[in-house]
Amino acid sequence: MASRLRVNPIMCEAHGLCAELLPELIRLDDWGYPIIDEAEIPRELLGLARKAADACPTLALLVDEDR
Amino acid sequence: MTGPQGLPRLLAGLHADGSPMTLADHRRVHGDLRRTQPAELIQAIDLAGLRGRGGADFPTARKLRAVAERRRAAVVVNASETEPASGKDKLLLSRMPHLVLDGAVLAAGAVGAREVIIKLGEGAHESLAGIEGALAVRDGDPVSFKFALGPDRYVAGEESAVIHFLNGGQAKPTLVPPRPYERGYQGRPTLVQNPETLAQAALIARYGANWFREIGTDADPGSALVTITGAVRAPGVYELAFGTPISDLLAAAGGSTEPLQALLVGGYFGTWVEATRALGLRLSREDLRSVGCSLGSGVLIALGESACGLHESARVIRYLADESAGQCGPCVFGLRAIADATAGLAEGVAHARERDRLLRWTSEVRGRGACHHPNGAARFIESALEVFSADIDWHQSQRCTARPVGLPLGGPAPDVRHALMEAG
Repeated sequence: MASRLRVNPIMCEAHGLCAELLPELIRLDDWGYPIIDEAEIPRELLGLARKAADACPTLALLVDEDR
Repeated sequence: MTGPQGLPRLLAGLHADGSPMTLADHRRVHGDLRRTQPAELIQAIDLAGLRGRGGADFPTARKLRAVAERRRAAVVVNASETEPASGKDKLLLSRMPHLVLDGAVLAAGAVGAREVIIKLGEGAHESLAGIEGALAVRDGDPVSFKFALGPDRYVAGEESAVIHFLNGGQAKPTLVPPRPYERGYQGRPTLVQNPETLAQAALIARYGANWFREIGTDADPGSALVTITGAVRAPGVYELAFGTPISDLLAAAGGSTEPLQALLVGGYFGTWVEATRALGLRLSREDLRSVGCSLGSGVLIALGESACGLHESARVIRYLADESAGQCGPCVFGLRAIADATAGLAEGVAHARERDRLLRWTSEVRGRGACHHPNGAARFIESALEVFSADIDWHQSQRCTARPVGLPLGGPAPDVRHALMEAG
């Protein structure tokens, strides 16, 4: 199973960094909150996804690593 | 003792004068509580095919097993009843508390719990009185009981919100997993069940799985408590067999007070269904699924021809938006925008194209909250836009003079005026 991208909606405060860093997988809704249309992370984007998760100011973006 | 034939089952022995069934009344109808081996009870509930009656429809035996295989379990009776029109928890707790307590004791035995917490809404005075009165005369129950009274807010009855509240937090949902069966009350594996589910379990423990399946359908065995309200002569809580036509339920509730235009099936997380279509359905998961709905917590609301479905829906979605726990952005801002847009359509001040934007929002908020609140609200408003579609155009040019029908919006459960039962 591939690694998956997930948002903790309680922690998320719509800073929007994730959509800037990972527009391939994340877009923002009308209020600036992230929408993830496809949770599965393609292998070539895994590094960027981890960076986006690290950059989230509230640590609301989660990468569930494939194990 | 043999079980009740036909109906009523749960409501057998219910006093018409509104007084609670005493322990003696209860024993006369159902006999003593028989001690059952945990594995045997779970097996019987599994064979009976009992599913949770709080709205999620989850197989009860699976939940029991998940908690039973862990240690230091607790049981929570979730009688929050935050669905505004629902009256069944209140009926069971205030009028036949011993059946619910029997179920709680049995469930605790099945999962190895010694503690049962009964969670009620702050306004549930009759339920509290019923349970307190029952506990005062019971002895020999191998568990200790505790009460918790929580805020009467829509999301406060959601399973994770109940656990969070019992653990000293706010009565707001938390991110799951971990689910209560993994980590719940005091961090312990916790079985959270609706009172009707426990009452059904208490009957299965006495009369067996075969008896349970004597009524209902193969896929949906047994009976269910349904609250019907709105444009019917005798609104109230009714016990009926799964598979009963909705038209029979309506007849049991005294018939409609005027021709109906639609029924809301499943409460405010439910679905509007056009009346002629709804009356052709049976109350079973299969039939309801065919029109995209589910029985949820068992609430049906009949809407008469003289009412405005659009305005009623606008009021309900405003209520749901206001009832957001306020934790998740898509729910807070999304439902507020959806409520504003729906009000705009009902007032005829929004362009009819606003409908398209509304549908984009409803699809976008789904699955983006910690709990199912945005999903339920989205489902409700999508069905409103479909069923009351012609009304949207009409409201663009005409002035709506329909009066509000007074759908319940919050507060403690309504009084149960009728708890009539139709025989088998």
